[in-house]
Amino acid sequence: MTADLLSQEFSLLLPEVLLAGGAMVLLMLGVFMEGERATRLVYTLSIAALVGAALLALFGTGGEGMAFGGAFVFDPLAKFSKVAIVLVAALTLILALPYLDKEKLLKIEYPILAILAATGMGMMVSANDLISMYMGIELQSLALYVLAAFNRDSLRASEAGLKYFVLGALSSGLLLYGSSLIYGFTGATGFEEIAQAVAAGPSVGLTFGLVFVICGLAFKVSAAPFHMWTPDVYEGAPTPVTAFFATAPKFAAIVLLARILVEPFGGMIDQWRDVVWMIAALSMGIGAFGALTQTNIKRLLAYSSISNMGYALVAIASGTNTGLWALLVFMSLYMVGVVGAFGAVLSMRTKEGMVENISDLAGLAQRNPGLSWSITALMFSIGGLPFMVGFFGKFFVIYSAVDAGLIYLSILAVLFSVVSAAYYLRIVKVMWFDSSDVEFVPSSMSVYWVTRAAGLATVLLLPALGWLVHRAFSVGLATL
Amino acid sequence: MFGEIESLLTVLTFVPTLGALVIAYLRFTTRAENQDITDRNSRAVALWTTLITFGISCLMLWEFDPSVSGFQMIHEVTWLEQIGLGYRMGVDGISVLFVMLTTFLMPICILASGAIKKRVADYMIAFLLLETLMIGVFTALDLVLFYIFFEGGLIPMFIIIGVWGGQNRVYAAFKFFLYTLFGSVLMLVAMIYMFLDAGTTNIITLLDHPFDIDVQTWLWLAFFASFAVKMPMWPVHTWLPDAHVQAPTAGSVILAGVLLKMGGYGFLRFSLPMFPNASDYFAPLVFGLSIIAIIYTSLVAFRQTDIKKLIAYSSVAHMGFVTMGLFAMNDVGVQGAIFQMISHGFISGALFLCVGVIYDRMHTREIAFYGGLVHRMPVYAALFALFTMANVGLPGTSGFVGEIMTMVGAYQVSWWIATGAAAGVILSAMYMLTVYRNVVFGEMTNPKLETITDVDGRESAMLGILAIATLVLGVSSTLITDITAASVDNLISNYQAALEAAAAQ
Repeated sequence: MTADLLSQEFSLLLPEVLLAGGAMVLLMLGVFMEGERATRLVYTLSIAALVGAALLALFGTGGEGMAFGGAFVFDPLAKFSKVAIVLVAALTLILALPYLDKEKLLKIEYPILAILAATGMGMMVSANDLISMYMGIELQSLALYVLAAFNRDSLRASEAGLKYFVLGALSSGLLLYGSSLIYGFTGATGFEEIAQAVAAGPSVGLTFGLVFVICGLAFKVSAAPFHMWTPDVYEGAPTPVTAFFATAPKFAAIVLLARILVEPFGGMIDQWRDVVWMIAALSMGIGAFGALTQTNIKRLLAYSSISNMGYALVAIASGTNTGLWALLVFMSLYMVGVVGAFGAVLSMRTKEGMVENISDLAGLAQRNPGLSWSITALMFSIGGLPFMVGFFGKFFVIYSAVDAGLIYLSILAVLFSVVSAAYYLRIVKVMWFDSSDVEFVPSSMSVYWVTRAAGLATVLLLPALGWLVHRAFSVGLATL
Repeated sequence: MFGEIESLLTVLTFVPTLGALVIAYLRFTTRAENQDITDRNSRAVALWTTLITFGISCLMLWEFDPSVSGFQMIHEVTWLEQIGLGYRMGVDGISVLFVMLTTFLMPICILASGAIKKRVADYMIAFLLLETLMIGVFTALDLVLFYIFFEGGLIPMFIIIGVWGGQNRVYAAFKFFLYTLFGSVLMLVAMIYMFLDAGTTNIITLLDHPFDIDVQTWLWLAFFASFAVKMPMWPVHTWLPDAHVQAPTAGSVILAGVLLKMGGYGFLRFSLPMFPNASDYFAPLVFGLSIIAIIYTSLVAFRQTDIKKLIAYSSVAHMGFVTMGLFAMNDVGVQGAIFQMISHGFISGALFLCVGVIYDRMHTREIAFYGGLVHRMPVYAALFALFTMANVGLPGTSGFVGEIMTMVGAYQVSWWIATGAAAGVILSAMYMLTVYRNVVFGEMTNPKLETITDVDGRESAMLGILAIATLVLGVSSTLITDITAASVDNLISNYQAALEAAAAQ
């Protein structure tokens, strides 16, 4: 391999290189410079590194292509997802800082672990080989396990971390077992070679392997029936960590799942569609009904994410390029809602400390109209009700499902969306109809602005929707 | 003279949003001690915004050419053109009147909100947003845009019922929201199917797109699920009495005056022209449900002890005339249905305002509480009498024209349908006159009523305008039928052509 070729391949990795290198440098910086100022500097630089990675992914890689003998691919799908992932990771870091500060958790490891996780996610969406896929997943997961237990003095956070670790390790095991079966039956780990083997005719062993891989990834996206860890981890982990869990890793894992199913296993759609169909329907149902009786807003958002992953899986189940771009639009718009929703949860601080119960929001519309209008818009957006942008996410998902002939699945999807509307409405109801005298202390500037901006974005993004659809559309066309 | 303003409808639709933004600005920048100034200002801004909107809609009516059967004043902006969605607005002879109805009722609703004392700014924002969404429903010429406006209206109405409603408001708000949403999501799937089948969401194109006859059945049922709930038709009407009783007065006026009409408008815009074969096939079902609605809900209304609930059930019965007229699918029936919807918008709105007048004074809607109001409130008694008669369908009021036209239309299909509807007219006289007698006439036995005052200037202005509208439409019905004629003729001839084409196969 000549140096020239190497540098060309290397340029495709620039976003990951920046993040990984940045993490090392920042670790040094934090260790040697000690003190609170250094920690804040590390935070700022971490956010800068993530934004830099987004810019590099957009402009700096010198085109598309493959690297490392086809193990790593930088295509429109990877580009789109990477930009979304690092930006949303940066937003959650911005949200995290004031919380960590107040809870005395301000340590340099937090942003560095987040960057490392983002690196892993970048690898995941670019994976074009079972081995690089597994590496990306593990890099991401290990960083997340630590983050979940970041508040190590809190019993619940430690429990959440442990639970996440054990179940995550189990899912990684499933994934590895599936991968080994696939390798065994195709003799290859590269996605292109697997695709050729699939085209030659699927075998039972291959189907088995694929099902294990789907199960492993379903754990990562918290799709039912592999969702058990989600409510506990969401509730137990520090809120900014939960915000991070709910956004970037979900995006990465769902894109990875889509890539695996559509690219190497596109020829086996008849085998995997029913599996994905079932997982999607179960997720939507369990997410919708499970959330109805929750009293903790983080648990509620956990169930909401389960049900929304169900919608994402509906798009994947359609298995067409329409499904792919619908997935990207849906996930992007969903991210806007989730970041805002967690911003809102982070605003729920009374004089005594953070509160997490839905009932604590009572009467918010009178005391804090800006926040309550934002939450109202965000809830309707996540719930997919018109006229918020979230509606279009769900709309395109169902569009892709109807397009692929999955009429029953789409009817199920809209019916479950009515059920889930009930609990989004409940939050709105508590804020608007109930009254109480719990007073929130003013939230910090960053949380304030991120929440308001996300709330406004649910409406103001409507005119820009054409642009987003256009981007996602070209990704869909280029990928299939 | 304003023909060059292509974006007239867009301006009309979004002027209320602008008003809402102004109030939101006032709301978010006031300090707590200036709250009552903000409240006063937001009332003024809301009133002026709705008046300006009404002015713009009059301009629209002026520009409107009733001799054209197609859509006019079309405004298009490319949006999501990649996959065929677009932003398109336009009106035809059917929708233009519903826009007028909305903009006409809105200032009255704002005036009727004098009793709202808490969170006035939020209330006005919700109402103005609701106005944008309601006008949007009638002007949207794109399936998805229509759906957004159609469903988006639930959000402000949910908040209006839930925050400013009566005792049991939370239950009513949830029931209203989830019931109507449940009906509508199936329509969404059908819309997506149509979108994929025709490759566009442009309603003008879809009106000419022949859908496969077998598919029509399913699409029709999906749309029916939505419009029947919205309308509401028996047996999916049960959300309406709850929502009406709990909503604040202005909320009830809008609910009865405009939101119910969206169901009828939906039938006219989608079900009948786009799925003619399925409409023909299901017409007996609709007739059956309409007759049951007219007779059954009239009987239920008779047994109510709450005035608002009584009027709510009477609304369901009157909507039965609308669906009956629509599916008769002849000129007089469809024209009558549209007429009935407009007229019912005025009459039921006025009746809810009448209830609001005494509710604001006594804070109860129990029929038994009242009696002998005529002794203390003669003007009120006269106005209430007029609207009672209009609701019964007395000749000379607009209620008569709508009912007689729809019955004539139904008679051409089958005499027994018209007979059933006629029985409903008698029943409506029964319950309306009973409630009127119990509330207004008789001896004033309840000592609490002795201090009740007659309608003030604001109330008599609101009711007076509606009384004039009811009487004018009752005498010269051509005001409406002239506007709708061309579009309805076109609708019916296309419908017959589609049926003949199917029969010829």
